[in-house]
Amino acid sequence: MNLTSSRISTTDFAAAQEFYHSNGWTDGLPIIPPTPELVSASLGWALLPPEHLVGIEPVRERSITAEKLAVNAVMAGCLPEHFPLVVTAFTAMLQPQFLLHGATASTGGCAVLLIVNGPIRRELEMVATFNALGNTDRASAAVGRAIRLGLINLLDVRPGGIDRSTLGHPGKFSYCLAEDEENSPWPSLAEERLGESDVSAVTAVAAMAPRQIMNEWTSEPEQICDTISAEIRANQLHYSIWAGNYVVVLPTQLRQHFSDAGWSKADIQKCVFDRARVRRGSWNQVGKGSVVKDRADREYLAMETPEDLMIVAAGGPAGGFAQIIPPWLGTKSRATTVAVGACVDCEVP
Amino acid sequence: MELMDPSHEQQLVSSKPADRISNLEGAVIGLISNGKENTVPFFDRVESILRNEYGVSEVVRRIKKNYSAPAEVELMQEAMGWDAVLSGVGD
Repeated sequence: MNLTSSRISTTDFAAAQEFYHSNGWTDGLPIIPPTPELVSASLGWALLPPEHLVGIEPVRERSITAEKLAVNAVMAGCLPEHFPLVVTAFTAMLQPQFLLHGATASTGGCAVLLIVNGPIRRELEMVATFNALGNTDRASAAVGRAIRLGLINLLDVRPGGIDRSTLGHPGKFSYCLAEDEENSPWPSLAEERLGESDVSAVTAVAAMAPRQIMNEWTSEPEQICDTISAEIRANQLHYSIWAGNYVVVLPTQLRQHFSDAGWSKADIQKCVFDRARVRRGSWNQVGKGSVVKDRADREYLAMETPEDLMIVAAGGPAGGFAQIIPPWLGTKSRATTVAVGACVDCEVP
Repeated sequence: MELMDPSHEQQLVSSKPADRISNLEGAVIGLISNGKENTVPFFDRVESILRNEYGVSEVVRRIKKNYSAPAEVELMQEAMGWDAVLSGVGD
C-alpha cells in the first residue's frame, strides 16, 4: 500500500505522545501511535486506496483523503472495523448543506453528533442503552473522537485557530450515539431519512450539548410532548430562536408510553411541532427585550417541518428522562445522513 | 518506531492580501456585514467615520446571505468595483 504521509521516527510510546502533543496533533488525551501497519489495516478493511478522496471542504478547499483520515482514526483508538463509520461521517460532514466550516469555526461552539443506524451497530457491539450519551462502548468512543482529531489535524479546527468557540461543550471529545433499534417500536432514524430498511448509516448533526428533561409522572403522550416542547421553547428563548434539526433521544420508559398509546414517530413529530414555537415578545422575559422591537407577535417555529424533529431511540430501561439536542444554528447546517459504503459524488457507471 | 504525520500536509493555495490604498479621500468603500443584529450600529459608526473624517465618496452597505459562509459569488464580483472593503466583523 503506497502511503504518502511524512514519516516520524520516535524512540518509544512515551516519546510519541510528547511529539504528537507538542505538535498540536491531539485533543489532550493520549493517542494510539499511528504506524503504517495500523493505518494500512484500516484502509484495507474499508477497501479504500490511500488516495481515495473522501471529500473536499468547500470553504478552504481542503481535500480529505482516506489515508489522512485513517491516520487520525488510528490515533483516536479506532480498530480497522471502525474506520468505515469515520469515512461515512466525514462524507456526510463534507456535503455542502452541512456547512462544516461554519459549524466548526462558529463562536456558538457546537460539536458534530453522529447517530449510527443499521447492522453495523451490532457488528461493532455499539451500546445504545445504559448511559447512551456517555461513555458506552469502544466503537462509539473511538469513532466520535476520530471526528474531532480529523477536524483538528485535517482542517486546523483547534481552539483559537479555526475553532473560535466561546465555550464549546464536552461532546467535542466524542459525540457518537447508536440507536436502540432492537428495542424500538419505530423505524430507525436512517430508515426514515433514507427510505431504506436495514441500512447501515451515519447521520451527522452540528449539535449543541444535550438538555435533559424528566417526566415520570404521566403516561399521556400529549403531556410528554408538552415537556419536550417546553425544553425546546426554552432553548429557543435562551439560546437560538431559529428553526432547525432538533434531536430528541427517547429512552425505553417514555417510548413505552407512546407505543402503548399507538403513537408513531410521525405522531410525536406532529405533536411537538405544534407546540414548539415561541413569540419574539417572549424575549422580554429572558433579558433580550432590546431586540424584540416591533415584532413581538411574530411567531418562530422550532422546526420548519415536523420531520425536522429527529427522534432517536436510546437509553437505559429505567427512567422517565429524555434529552433534547438543539441544532447549532437553525438551518445554517442541515443534518446529513449517508449510508455506510455509499459514494456520494461517484458517477453512475 | 516509525509513525505517520496526521496533518493535512497539503500545499496551501498561494494568496496575498489585496493592494493597500494610500488615501481614502474620494474612495468607494464596501462594508460587508454578516447580517447579525449588532453589525448595524457598528457599521453605522464605521460609515460615519469614513464619510466625515476620511472623506470617502461612497459607502456601499451589503449583507451576506449566510453569516457562517463566505460571501456569495455575486457579492464578491460586485466588490471588485470598490476601492476597498471591510468584512468579517460584527457579532
